[in-house]
This record gives sequence, structure tokens and C-alpha cells, in this order.
Amino acid sequence: MTVAEDSRVAAVSGEPLHRRLGLTDAELGEIRGRLGRDPNDLELAIFSVMWSEHCSYKSSKPLLATLPTRGRDLVAGPGENAGVVSIGDGLAVAFKLESHNHPSAVEPYQGAATGVGGILRDIFTMGARPIAVLDALRFGDPRGPRVRHLVDGVVRGVGGYGNCVGVPTVGGELVFHPSYAANPLVNVMAIGLLEERHLTRAVAPGPGNLVVLYGSTTGRDGIGGASVLASAEFADDDPSKRPSVQVGDPFAEKLLVEATLELIERGLVEGLQDLGAGGIGCATSEMPDRAGTGIVVDLDAVPRREEGMAPFEVMISESQERMCAVVRPDRLAEVLEVCRRWGLPAAVIGRVTARRDLAVVEGGLDPDGRPRPGARELARIPVAAIASEAIVYRREARSPARVRSAPAPGAPVEPSDRLPERGTDPGAVLMALLGSPNLCSRAWVSGQYDSTVMTNTVEACERGAAVLRVKGTAKGLVAATDANATVSALDPHLGAILSVAEAIRNVAVTGARPLGVTDCLNFGNPEKPEAFWRFAEAVRGVGDACRAFGLPVTGGNVSFYNESPEGPIAPTPQIGVVGLLEDVGRRVGPAFAADDDLVVLVGEAVPGLAGSVYAELAGVAPEDGPPAIDLEREAALHAFLQEAAAARLPSAAQDVSGGGLAVALAEMAIWGERGARLDLRVGTAPAVELFGEGPSRAVVTCHPDAWERLAALADRFRLPLEPLGATGGDRLVIELHGEGSTGAAEDRGAGIADPVDVSIEALRHAWSSALPRLFGEVDETGRDGAGTVVA
Amino acid sequence: MKVGIAVFPGSNCDTDALHAVRLAGADGELLWHEEADLHGVDVVILPGGFAYGDYLRAGVIARFSPIMRAVAAHAARGGLVLGICNGFQVLAEAGLLPGALLRNASLRFVHRWVTIRVERDDSPFTAGIPAGTLLRMPVAHGEGCYFAEEVTLDALERDGRVLFRYLDNPNGSLRDIAGVRSTTGNVAGLMPHPERAAEPLLGTDDGLRLLRSLVGSAGASLAAAWVR
Repeated sequence: MTVAEDSRVAAVSGEPLHRRLGLTDAELGEIRGRLGRDPNDLELAIFSVMWSEHCSYKSSKPLLATLPTRGRDLVAGPGENAGVVSIGDGLAVAFKLESHNHPSAVEPYQGAATGVGGILRDIFTMGARPIAVLDALRFGDPRGPRVRHLVDGVVRGVGGYGNCVGVPTVGGELVFHPSYAANPLVNVMAIGLLEERHLTRAVAPGPGNLVVLYGSTTGRDGIGGASVLASAEFADDDPSKRPSVQVGDPFAEKLLVEATLELIERGLVEGLQDLGAGGIGCATSEMPDRAGTGIVVDLDAVPRREEGMAPFEVMISESQERMCAVVRPDRLAEVLEVCRRWGLPAAVIGRVTARRDLAVVEGGLDPDGRPRPGARELARIPVAAIASEAIVYRREARSPARVRSAPAPGAPVEPSDRLPERGTDPGAVLMALLGSPNLCSRAWVSGQYDSTVMTNTVEACERGAAVLRVKGTAKGLVAATDANATVSALDPHLGAILSVAEAIRNVAVTGARPLGVTDCLNFGNPEKPEAFWRFAEAVRGVGDACRAFGLPVTGGNVSFYNESPEGPIAPTPQIGVVGLLEDVGRRVGPAFAADDDLVVLVGEAVPGLAGSVYAELAGVAPEDGPPAIDLEREAALHAFLQEAAAARLPSAAQDVSGGGLAVALAEMAIWGERGARLDLRVGTAPAVELFGEGPSRAVVTCHPDAWERLAALADRFRLPLEPLGATGGDRLVIELHGEGSTGAAEDRGAGIADPVDVSIEALRHAWSSALPRLFGEVDETGRDGAGTVVA
Repeated sequence: MKVGIAVFPGSNCDTDALHAVRLAGADGELLWHEEADLHGVDVVILPGGFAYGDYLRAGVIARFSPIMRAVAAHAARGGLVLGICNGFQVLAEAGLLPGALLRNASLRFVHRWVTIRVERDDSPFTAGIPAGTLLRMPVAHGEGCYFAEEVTLDALERDGRVLFRYLDNPNGSLRDIAGVRSTTGNVAGLMPHPERAAEPLLGTDDGLRLLRSLVGSAGASLAAAWVR
């Protein structure tokens, strides 16, 4: 059979087709080499998508291979749709973090919505029921009108999709930084729960098996989404890219979840893959490639939503809410019946073959899967050439000229006594920090998300970690996302380590044992050596941290080309962690729980102001050495927190991160609706002690009776404990002792600094009113858009 | 005593309701929307979600489904029917309850823990819970703003058919109405989610009190007595 001539993508004019599809001349040469002939237009279109950065990981693959992927609980790691980790009793948890940045920049609602849809499909494709979503969002300065439009659209999109599918959005992040102004980050993590015996892989075993496409019909939406949007830089708000953004249908997704889980539970499928980037072309090459088989696709059999679609459009369409199942012929009737009951179109669109290539046929297949007489073969590509053996680049990495190295672990950071500025008191600084865009309450956003559907949500987090119970067991799952972009901008290796450490600390602080790490690495153009160096350094950091904590990276994704005419984003290694509580009843919450509990600072890392929220507010150049980390001490802190919780010693615990110790204490007070009276020893720079940021510290509270055992436990882990005082009252009072001065006190001739002394009500007001005010949604009744009283 | 929970395509609180109903001490069963047969259940719950996607207007398509014919017949016989969130919207669309649920005043989806006050204890849904009791549970909806003509609202108040009121109205509902019952008293709907407030681990079991009341009323074969 000959390859047909008329499967051309479009009338060619001007630039050669391969370039218009985003392939380089060298890549075209490589394709010729793999095929031993010239590709036709359809084949070229499939290559262009599958060799895109988004699908092939051609720039990142060699580096990602260096990440640790083994762990005692690991069931499925990288290479699958999502990582899967055992939680005992035959149960496992599937989780993955993924980006949808570029579509969200072009069309925020649909971009974010389909981001949620895509990651949910990755989860239930594995046989897991999605039980939670966390969204990590990053935008430019919130005062800009375009940023407000993006925030509004993205938040509505995340909510609109997740709320309708009925998966709770239980946490995440909302971060503002000028580098994201034209290139917001929409990173979504999904978590699913499965019985291990239902684990399903994205494979196409057994020649003769049928390939069934079910879910939504195939249209022209999202043509080239992976290659056009996700694999190139772009100017902001480029309307010509809008047709490349897919459109989400959460109702169809809900049906897809139910139908898919029923198919899996009844053992009706041999392999399963969702259709995301690259559409049918991707699924029908990756699935057989993993199984050492091939697939012949019967193009005419694909259910379509519009007339006159060209073969290439059918093959690479990224229409949402579609699944590809490999089914034994004797089970087809049952599979179709399940799809019918859930109202989903389904069709046999091909056969598994033994030939290890993807063939596309027009004119139909006979019952044995052979092309009917008169049928024409439009394409034939070895599956390995577009999947596992796709092109790989070893990109040049070059460090930028001016890079400050991090100080050695434990080295003191240069103190700064300029801060807080003279004339301000530390209480006012604390209020300003609590009301700053990156630290204030996220209720305006989280109140638009359904966080309690599925009735598993024990804690939906403002900051820190979300806690979910596992029905039918005593277990709990804890999840958090974190990325330290400000330090990554100074030192991408350290920034990545801090990101991993903080995400794990947020999980460990509840008493949970971390199970695994998923990463979503958001970087600039990998073809630029300095950008690629940042990426390489971050991967090294993620690897170093995960090895130190003994945790596998179970999967994730890489998002390159996060650049706009204003430049690249701050390197953003977004980290997601899932942990396990054997007894959810022993979780430790972050709120002051009772009066007269002891308040204790655990850990002794030296905080610094570089990269801190305080430095940002004070307008201090964040170019001092960022805070160092001692990975052994950090790991000891995690282990201490877990053992302390298992022994029921803490009444509350919270990690010390953005805004430093004072903000951590204020949050615990706000959430616990009770104050504390504390004494803090400070050196020459109270601002560093109060507001400096650094890893490896936590605030723990305990009943006085538990103090001795807590101290003994800390001693065993060689962690210093500093008792600060006790909870109670309706004010947060922090007396400062030492030679330091906060300016105002000094101006009055006082020998020591002024104390922090603020009512909890004032702290709460500063914290909770900031975001609604920022987005102009405080009405005359003093209620914000979500109805929360803020005045 | 068996509680049937209707499952429309797009229902997403069906299994939550099933779980909570079992905690309330009843047998539960899911009822598929294509069947006009209630399998002999004593009580029907229409759960939350987005039946048929709710793209046109919440509940507008679900009312035409086969199961709703059976639900209407069950209600006409005096059987107990409770609509929660989307289920309330469906019952209002189907004319089994007065009023309509409009888009929230904020024009945004709202999820929040709210406090509602039990207005009547002379109903099968609130039996044993003294009027004036405050209950905490989540709301999660985009269209929960209760609306009816003034004359209807006045009649509801006069006849004691406002079952629940918000203390902190999250959606602009007229007269802070969170839940109402039918003239016959055996059909009720509310926007907040009692099934999500059925265990102390998840915050409170206030919502379980409502479900226990419902199960108890039906179990004691008192349902008919409630019908006026």
C-alpha cells in the first residue's frame, strides 16, 4: 500500500510546512532518518506535536532522569500518567502536579478549567477516584487591571470545573510577583485514591485487541495546543493563539470519571490513556510503545463534532474529555453498554497490531483489523520514533554572569539594623505583612471553590497543608504545594531545595509521614543557555533535597517558554507532597488550641531577609545571600514533628515561612481566636528575628504537662527548643529582649526595642480584608464578594 | 426504613448523602435517573451537584427525567422528599416547592460554612430539633439566592413553611431563607449541605441531626401524620 498524497495539512505557501508546525530544519532531517523517507503532511503534523517540548520533554528528559524515583511505598513512578504510592491495606494514592500556564494567559477561564480537567484525567486514568485538587497560582502585581482580569478568570475557571465535577479544591497557593505579569502560572495538583488491584496502566497490549475512544466527540478545538502554545514564547494576549486553547466541559468530565472507574472496577479494559496534548496521535503511539505493539487507526470511525475535518485535525485535535481504552473483543459489548449508560459516545477506532507502528487508515477496517479493500493508508510511523525515542536535546547551560552563591550552611546572614524603618513599630510592620498580597487571607479565592464535597475534608488549608480522611479507615492524607521563586531567582539550586523542604515541612508539621514528591518545573526558554542553566540547577536541587529526605519524585511536568517581551518569569520549581497519617485523629492543626499552652520555637536555622516578604515590602534589594539550609537538620525537624504528633505531644504546630516568626505566630493566633504573651531574645537586628525567613523552623504549642517529653524528644533529634511564652488573652504580645533596637524605641532613647502588642481582632482584620479590597469587592455593607464580613 | 438517593448525570453529592444517611441509621440506595421506579424506598433525597450539567439553568432539565415522575407521585402520596442544594433547585423547577433559586448576589460561586436557624420543629425534617436551634454546615453553590414574589413569601411565613434561615446570608436570599417546605409539609428543600456536616471529624455533626430527624420521622411511620 502506498502512502496517500492528499492527506496534506493545508495548501503550502511561503514557509515550508515543517517550520510552520514548529519543527526545525534539523528536526525534519531527523524525521527523514527515522522514516527512511520523506514524511507526508499528516505524518509531519503528528511528529510536530509529539516532538514538541510539551509532549517529548526533549530538553528536560536527560536531566529529569537524574531525579530519585525509588521509594519504599512506590507503586508507579514517572512515565505513567501519575505517580502512585501505597498507603497500606491494599489502598494507594495517585497524585500529580501539572501546569496549564500558556492557555491560561491567553484565555484564563478555559485555560484554568481545562488545566483542572487534564490533571483529573491523569488521575482517574490510573484507576483512582480523584478526591482533591490543589491549585498553585502565580500572577503579576495584583493592582494591574490585566492581572485582575487574569486572577478573576483563572479562579472562576478552577472553581467552575472542579465544583461541577465534584472534586473538592482543598488548598494551593496564590502568589503575586511582577515577573508573572504577562505569563501567569496555573499549576494544578490532583490526588486520587484507588485500590491497588485496580491500578491501570497506559498500555496497549495484545495484538487483536480493540482501541475504543469514548467521551466527548472530536472537533477542531485545541489543534496544536502543545506545539503552538506550550512550546514557544509568546506576546501577551495574542488573539491569534486563542483557537489553540481547548474548551472544557466539566459535566462530560464527571460522566467520564464515573464511566471510567466503572470500566476499571469491572475489569473491562486492558489499558487506558486520557487524551491530552497530541490527542489521538499521542495516545495511539504512547500506549503501544509501552507495550511493544502497534496500533492501526480507522480514521473514519472517530466520532466528530464537525464536518469536513482533515485527517491531521482528527489525529492531533486536543478536544477535551476523551479517553482511549484498549479492550478485548469479547468485552466490547459491555464496554459500550457502560458508555451508553453514562451518555458518552464511544467507538472502536482501531486495533492493536504486532507491528510496533502507528498506521492511520481511511476507508475502514475489516473485522480482523485489516484495511478494507479500497482503503488507503494515510500514515505509518514507528511508535518509538514519536514516543520513547523521540528527539532529545542536550541543551547548553551557562550560568548568568552575576550569581551570588549561598552562604555555607549555618553561616550567619549579614544582619541589617536598618529595619524596620525608623519611626515604625514592629506591631505595625506585622500588620502590614499580614495585609500584604502574598501573606493575607486567601478566603476570597478559596471561598469560590467547593472544598467540602465528597465529605473527606478535615482541613482545607489557607496556607500549609490540607488534610483529608480516607473513608473506611482511620487514615488521613495530607497534601501541600510550595515553590520558593524569590530565592530561586537568586540561586535556583537553593531555591529548589527550599521549595522541597517547605512542602515536606508543611506536611510533616501535621504529624504525617511524607510519601512522595511531584514537581512542576516552570522555567523560561530552554534554548537560552542562562535559562537552561536555571532549570538544570533547579533539577539538581530537587534531586539533592529528595535524596536527603529519602523521598521519590513520582512524576510531574516541565513548563518551558514562560517568557514574555518583558522577560522570563522567576524560576518556579513548584513542589507537591502527599503524606500519610495512620490515624487522622492524631493530626496536629496550625491554630492555637487552648489557653495557657506553652509556645515553643523549634529549630535554630538562622533566618535572613533576602527573598523575604519583609524585604519586598521594605523595598530592600533581595540580593544578600539567601537563607542557607542544612538538609540533615531539616530532616531531623520533620522526624521530630512526626514523632511528637504520634505521641500526642503538640496541641498545635505551624512551620515558620513567609513573613517569618511573627507572621507564623499571628496566624496561629488568628486561626485559634486567642492571643499569646511571648518573650523573644533578639540580637542586634530584631527585624531579622521577627520577620526574617529561613528553613528548618516550626512553632509548636503544648500543654505544660507535655513539655518535658517534648523537650526530651527534641533533644533526641538534637533540635534546640526555645520556649517563648504561653497562649491566652485577646492580644498577641511579643516582648523583645536584647541589645537590638527597632528605631522607634531607639529614637525615644529606650534601651530595648518596642514590643509587638496587637489585638487578635486587629490582626484578623488586616489579614482578612486585604484581598477583597485589592480586588475591589468590598461593598458598602462591609462584606466581600464571598459574603465574608471584613469590616 | 430505606432512603433512596436520586442519581442524575452530574449529581456529585449522591454518595455523600448515602454515607450520611447510613450514619443516620437508615439503609440507603442510589436510584438511577432513567428509572421511574423508586424501589420501594420510604424517603427520597435529591442530592447536590450539577444535574445534566446545569448549563441552561440549575435543575431545569432534571425535572423532566423519568425518576422525577416517580418522585412527584411519591410526594403526592405523602412520601417524604428532601432536596439538598441542586436537589432543592430541581424541586423548585419541578413546582414541588415554591420559589426559585437565582444566581448568588455576588455573581460568584460561594462555598462557606454558614449558621442556619431552625424555624419550625413541627416538620418531619426537623422533628426533635427545637425551633431556634442554630446549626452549622457548608453551602456550596452558584445559584442559591432564594426568590419568590412578596405575596408568596408572606404566605410562606404565615403558614410556617420557612424551615431554615441564614444567620449570615451568603447569597442574597430574600428574607434570609435557606430552606422551605411544601404546603403539604412532606417535601422540603434547603441550600446548605447537612450531609457534609455529619461527623465531628469534618467539623460538626449538626447536619446529622436533620438527617436523623428525617429518618426517625419516616421510620416511625409518622410521615402521613405530617401531611396536612
